[in-house]
Amino acid sequence: MASYNTSEFRKGLKVQLDGDPYLMIECNFVKPGKGQAMYKCRLRNLIRNTVLDRTYKSGDSIEAADIEEIAAQYLYRQGDQFVFMDDETFEQYELTAAQVDDAWKYLKEGMKCSMILFNGGPLTLTPPNHVVLKVEYCEPGAKGNTASNVTKPVTVETGAEMSCPSFVEVGDLIRVDTRTGEYIERVKE
Amino acid sequence: MNAPDDAAETRPTSPGDFRPAAGWDALRLRARLLRTVRAFFDDRNFLEVETPLLSADTVVDRHLDPFTVDGGRLYLQTSPEFCMKRLLAAGGEAIYQITRAFRREEQGRLHNPEFTMVEWYRVGDGMAEGMRLLGDLGEAMLGRGGAELLTYREAFERHVGIDPHAADTEALARAARDVGIDAPASLSTTDRNGWLDLLLALGVQPRLGRERPTIVYDYPASQAALAQVRTGQPPVAERFELYFSGVELANGYHELTDAAELRRRNARANTLRRQDGKSPLPEESRLLAAMDAGLPEATGAALGFDRVVMLAAGATSLAEVMAFPMDRA
Repeated sequence: MASYNTSEFRKGLKVQLDGDPYLMIECNFVKPGKGQAMYKCRLRNLIRNTVLDRTYKSGDSIEAADIEEIAAQYLYRQGDQFVFMDDETFEQYELTAAQVDDAWKYLKEGMKCSMILFNGGPLTLTPPNHVVLKVEYCEPGAKGNTASNVTKPVTVETGAEMSCPSFVEVGDLIRVDTRTGEYIERVKE
Repeated sequence: MNAPDDAAETRPTSPGDFRPAAGWDALRLRARLLRTVRAFFDDRNFLEVETPLLSADTVVDRHLDPFTVDGGRLYLQTSPEFCMKRLLAAGGEAIYQITRAFRREEQGRLHNPEFTMVEWYRVGDGMAEGMRLLGDLGEAMLGRGGAELLTYREAFERHVGIDPHAADTEALARAARDVGIDAPASLSTTDRNGWLDLLLALGVQPRLGRERPTIVYDYPASQAALAQVRTGQPPVAERFELYFSGVELANGYHELTDAAELRRRNARANTLRRQDGKSPLPEESRLLAAMDAGLPEATGAALGFDRVVMLAAGATSLAEVMAFPMDRA
């Protein structure tokens, strides 16, 4: 297994500790002029999102995490499992609702997502930044009201609920920012 | 969920890298402080000297790694110490130098592999005179008053609640835990100096020199480096360091003059380097020849110029006050 020596430590390194993948989010070099060099590191657990502080001394090493990013196509949902396919190898991956997290709100069949694999298994899923969704249900808006600062809840084709301006109607297509969950605009096709 | 960001790794340089990291205000402050240093030493009749950056000799220290040049035949100097002491042995009385020093694998907020060092020596000075001179220089450069003097023991007792000379390794480890220091898992239970360094760097140092500059002195004899050891109970190294705002700024010695003792320390340092998996450094040097011939009693110190500029500028990293730090050098 590959590993990183302290001289290779830097922000952005992906490492493995106690079996979990971590991202090095801070690494501070500390050294008394005439003494032992140390590295004060802050690491984020990529599964649990918890943060850990660890100190290493010069010459130590950490196991590298086997992390790979692939393009994956969303196929279908089966109960609590979301099934994806690697676009290049056609390999299929099943993710739990917990792994998919908020992304379920945006998943449409055939959608190209970015998936992070850890030791060959799915770790996290990121949908495209912008997706277009069809509005399935909403209360009718007040006639002639085109102001976008008045919002109402709508239900989109994936079953997720989001907030839209009151002029949006059933059957409309809306563009949504998946990073913030916010409505961007109404689109034609 | 967070997709790791690879941008910083995959892009070694960016188009803006040709520009200096420091702003012009910082560069003007550097120039002004260089003039302050020269005026300080010139006023005290120190002679400014220059010595080689490339030398076949190098300081033999467990934790200092020099860059090698010309197939390992020459070393870029980690400090101008050896050559300056050779000048003392040849009749130099009060000398100073502003030079570049190089240390491999030292990079971070407070480190750059190439940095500017101010180093000076005065024959006849003991540790007390050396500390006074250092305190005066700190005052001239920082304008934050004279230095508070604190023994190494007092500094430890004050900030981590332990007597560093009396405590065994187990007690040092306990003290680290008590103040919330995360210790490297690899730090050996027999590596006493390693535990002292950990407590100093992460427990004591951040709290030193908060109000005004602080000089810590009388280090453990095991950390004498090139300082004389004063006999006593316990024996202590006549070594001193200047701190301000939790940053180590300078290191000084009442200089070791005993060549036989330096040979023993060199051999010990190389034994530890081998244990650490590092290559040994040459134990014989022209400094030893100078000490054999007779090095006069003297006290000297070296100051990290970039760090002083950083604090004077109110900056928090060396990169803010260096035109071209390592990542854009």
